[in-house]
Amino acid sequence: MQRCGRVPLWLLGSVLLIRFTSGISAVDRDVQQTRPDSRPEPPSESTPNQSHADHGHGSSAVGGIPVVTFKWHHVETPYQVALWILVAGLAKLVIEANHHVTNVIPESALLICFGFILGGIIWGADKVQTFKLNPTVFFFYLLPQIILDTGYSMPNKLFFGNMGAILVYAVIGTCWNAASLGLSLWGCHQGGAMGDLDIGLLQYLLFGSLIAAVDPVAVIAVFEQVHVNEVLFILVFGESLLNDGVTVVLFNVFDAFVSLGGARINAVEIIKGIISFFVVAFGGSLLGLVFGLLISLLTKVTQKVKIIEPAFVFVLGYLSYLTAEMLSLSSILSITFCGVSCQKYINANMAESSVSTVRYVMKVFANGSETIIFVFLGISAIDTEIWVWNTGFILLTLFFIFVYRIIGVFFLTWILNRYRLVPVEFIDQVIMSYGGLRGAVAYGLATLLNESKIKEKNLMICTTLLVVYFTVILQGITMKPLVNWLKVKKAAVSELTLIEKLQSKVFDHMLVAIEDISGQIGHNYMRDKYFEERWMTRILMKKSVRKSRDCVFKVFHQLNLKDAMSYVAEGERRGSLEFVRNESAFIDFKKKFVDDCSGAMPDITACMSDDYSAIIDQVPSVSLEMHEQNMKGVRETEDINTHHLLQQHLYKGRKQHRHRYSRSHFNVNKDENEVQEIFQRTMRNRLESFKSAKMGVSPPKKISKHTKKDQQQKVILVRQFKTHMGWYFQFPEGDASGFAASDGSHPFPMTYRAGAGIENPAYIPDLDPMAAEIPPWLAEYDAGPVAPSQRAQLRLPWTPSDLGRLAPLRISTRSNDSFAQADAPAAQQKDDEPPTPSKRDGRNM
Amino acid sequence: LAKSCPGQETVTLYLRGVALRGRRPRPAPPSTSPPPASTSHPIKQEDNLTETRLVSHSQITRLYSRFTSLDKGENGTLSREDFQRIPELAINPLGDRIINAFFPEGEDQVNFRGFMRILAHFRPIEDNEKKSVAVSEPLNSRTNKLLFAFRLYDLDRDDKISREELLQVLRMMVGVNISDDQLGSIADRTIQEADTNGDNSISFNEFIKVLEKVDVEQKMSIRFLH
Repeated sequence: MQRCGRVPLWLLGSVLLIRFTSGISAVDRDVQQTRPDSRPEPPSESTPNQSHADHGHGSSAVGGIPVVTFKWHHVETPYQVALWILVAGLAKLVIEANHHVTNVIPESALLICFGFILGGIIWGADKVQTFKLNPTVFFFYLLPQIILDTGYSMPNKLFFGNMGAILVYAVIGTCWNAASLGLSLWGCHQGGAMGDLDIGLLQYLLFGSLIAAVDPVAVIAVFEQVHVNEVLFILVFGESLLNDGVTVVLFNVFDAFVSLGGARINAVEIIKGIISFFVVAFGGSLLGLVFGLLISLLTKVTQKVKIIEPAFVFVLGYLSYLTAEMLSLSSILSITFCGVSCQKYINANMAESSVSTVRYVMKVFANGSETIIFVFLGISAIDTEIWVWNTGFILLTLFFIFVYRIIGVFFLTWILNRYRLVPVEFIDQVIMSYGGLRGAVAYGLATLLNESKIKEKNLMICTTLLVVYFTVILQGITMKPLVNWLKVKKAAVSELTLIEKLQSKVFDHMLVAIEDISGQIGHNYMRDKYFEERWMTRILMKKSVRKSRDCVFKVFHQLNLKDAMSYVAEGERRGSLEFVRNESAFIDFKKKFVDDCSGAMPDITACMSDDYSAIIDQVPSVSLEMHEQNMKGVRETEDINTHHLLQQHLYKGRKQHRHRYSRSHFNVNKDENEVQEIFQRTMRNRLESFKSAKMGVSPPKKISKHTKKDQQQKVILVRQFKTHMGWYFQFPEGDASGFAASDGSHPFPMTYRAGAGIENPAYIPDLDPMAAEIPPWLAEYDAGPVAPSQRAQLRLPWTPSDLGRLAPLRISTRSNDSFAQADAPAAQQKDDEPPTPSKRDGRNM
Repeated sequence: LAKSCPGQETVTLYLRGVALRGRRPRPAPPSTSPPPASTSHPIKQEDNLTETRLVSHSQITRLYSRFTSLDKGENGTLSREDFQRIPELAINPLGDRIINAFFPEGEDQVNFRGFMRILAHFRPIEDNEKKSVAVSEPLNSRTNKLLFAFRLYDLDRDDKISREELLQVLRMMVGVNISDDQLGSIADRTIQEADTNGDNSISFNEFIKVLEKVDVEQKMSIRFLH
């Protein structure tokens, strides 16, 4: 692989050149086409070309009914757009194909360099830069989808968990960057460091505000490849996302100030400016939330039009951007919060296929425009018009940006760390300050400058471009070595041993459990648990989805479905003779290996087991080389097998959101079945431990114990299980027996016999319709099946004497558990009256 | 939201517990002196539940309110049933193991202090703690975090994870569509990785050693709310 990597690089490089010529020959093509028309003019300039087309069209029209006409102007604009998208896409394809290059140089830098080349060729052909990154195109057609995508795929929990820090960096940090840069440049200007420039203090501040913001496109492009830890990533990324909004607002405020002119600015205007800053920022965010809610509400009712369902998301998201723009609110913040707020609800409301469509199309758009933006950033550089060199201004800008970024980050982090439980480490701060990449937004804003008011617009554009190149290319390239050198905590450590893998899963589950017990989900616990569950979810989610969400309703609802599917799958697998044969071979191999480590040459079974693993686990088969390998090789093979087995079958943590913010990759965790399994298993264990506690038997430790249970116990268990499940799922009687009978593949022995003798009256399933609707954790009583109380065992001798306690259990499982009562304080022993449900209902949950 | 001093709440809790139950020796209520309010650094506030070393005052308040909301029996202690009522734990494969970890050997009630002591294992390690050598090792040290994890496996408390114990946990953690044979070979392999003295089980030292590359401090830490 490594050897032949270089050859495709050059091959593809030449292909690239060809491609690019096809790209820019969009203009030249009509030249070639019109040449047969015997027009002798030199085809080097683009303006005559258009007249060619006109002439060609006209001449053909004269000659009667044309068979074929060439109408370049008819399609010119869309054709060029399409060609540019194609070129950008191909550029990306080529760059991605050379993986060892992108390992060193980030993709964004390569795309910019590609833009240089492309721009140079266009320049060579046209002698004028025909194509530039137009602010209208950029802000209306390229930026929205990128921001929408980042909002939509934002790791919400992480984002809101670090919201405070992100806001501090985004708002205060950006203002600090803008003000310090503007003032320092102005100071240097006054000191005479830049020679003769027609730039006032306000213009400097305007320039500072446009270049202050860290760019999300650039940041993602670089950080995505570096895999720093999640907190660091979300801090840099969240900051870059929000401060784009902030910087646009700042820019507009200062732009207004500049238009107003220095003389007319008084305290009132400044206060108005500050107020407008907050109105614009918060108004934009609020508008985005409103649109997010709108999308969520709309997707509640779109199940009839599944095909166009995804379109609503895009259209409304875009509308939120445009509406904010129309109301002169912050459009970037608007579309960000639109994406953030709607993601949860639309993912739940829409059909699975629609959700993946939305995700995929979102990625396509975002990735596409990102590529185009970087290419055009490169192309824009090749233009003599904008290159106005002023050494002092440019170098000082670069220097101040770098220095003030560092000062700002360290100072703000120092303050934040006083309030953070997990402080941002020093190394992380270094990376944060080094990750202050500027990007296309700054350039877009710079091109928006009004030349009549700001004489040195071109110098500013030129400086902005240089800053972008400096940060994206130089800092981008050095970021990875720096991260490695400083030993920054990486996002995911590849687990090498089985026990590490297992243990990290254990940690995941453990943390989730502890969070659940301590009742917190990050800092947004209140929103999450109360406000959201009570109101947002109720309003914004479909009823069916909501049900399945809040009491694991889906688990049972889908069980029959799953059973049917697993039967089909199982049948197919059993139908394949090879599978059966290989499975046994696989196990044989294991046994053989365990029994006999003396270095026996692995025989045909080893190959077969390997084939098996290739079939099941997609491990590349190495069976052909097996015979030449020694025992170590076998051991490795077995490692692969077991690793993959574990990898595939370990339950995922419930709260996993690693790398969801990646732009070019997204993962869908749709393993609902796992929840079913875990839930059933937990309930079963609780039933068993309860039962054993009741019978006075110590909890069985053998795993496959259920196979040895006698039929009577099974029936009891099933009844308990069914009763218990009944609270969750309200299934009718027939379904329950059907489920029990059909669940052959499940280890839980579901052998419900209709009309079987009632061995223990205490286990009569509760037929109370009320009970069916209350899940046990909502119920105010101690449900029978959830009481593996050890004290109950100790107290066993005197429980039976008090028959009054058992009585309610027999009548209805809604009664108090007798063991819980046995646990109750002595003061309560005398009155056996169960606590009134109404009293406790309000407190629960 | 109750903003009263948690110390007082705790005392009233214990008082109420004593008044209601009256037959069980209660652990001494934690000292009521509130932490110095003037200290700006929340980490440095010496909490009154020193042995749990959970940091700030407000965290204790919040966890206490969580404790009371879990405490359906209103007797100042949590039983297993109280934990099992948390719906998320039912779909957590290790839920019941973790519930068990809250209960000391032979007990089936846990008071607030015990509750906090378990949660204290999950407190992140502060920088100043790393440097200063504490008199007694804090509960959230790496070793204690690992010990907590180790105890999840080690049911019979013989300070060894036997194959059976490992199998039990594995069975909890993996789906049903993996056969017992396969699981057994996974367990064998896992033990083989960790086992250095060849007794076919994992001792705590082996456990520490095999996980030395894992960032336990980060993976077993939770940011408790203020």
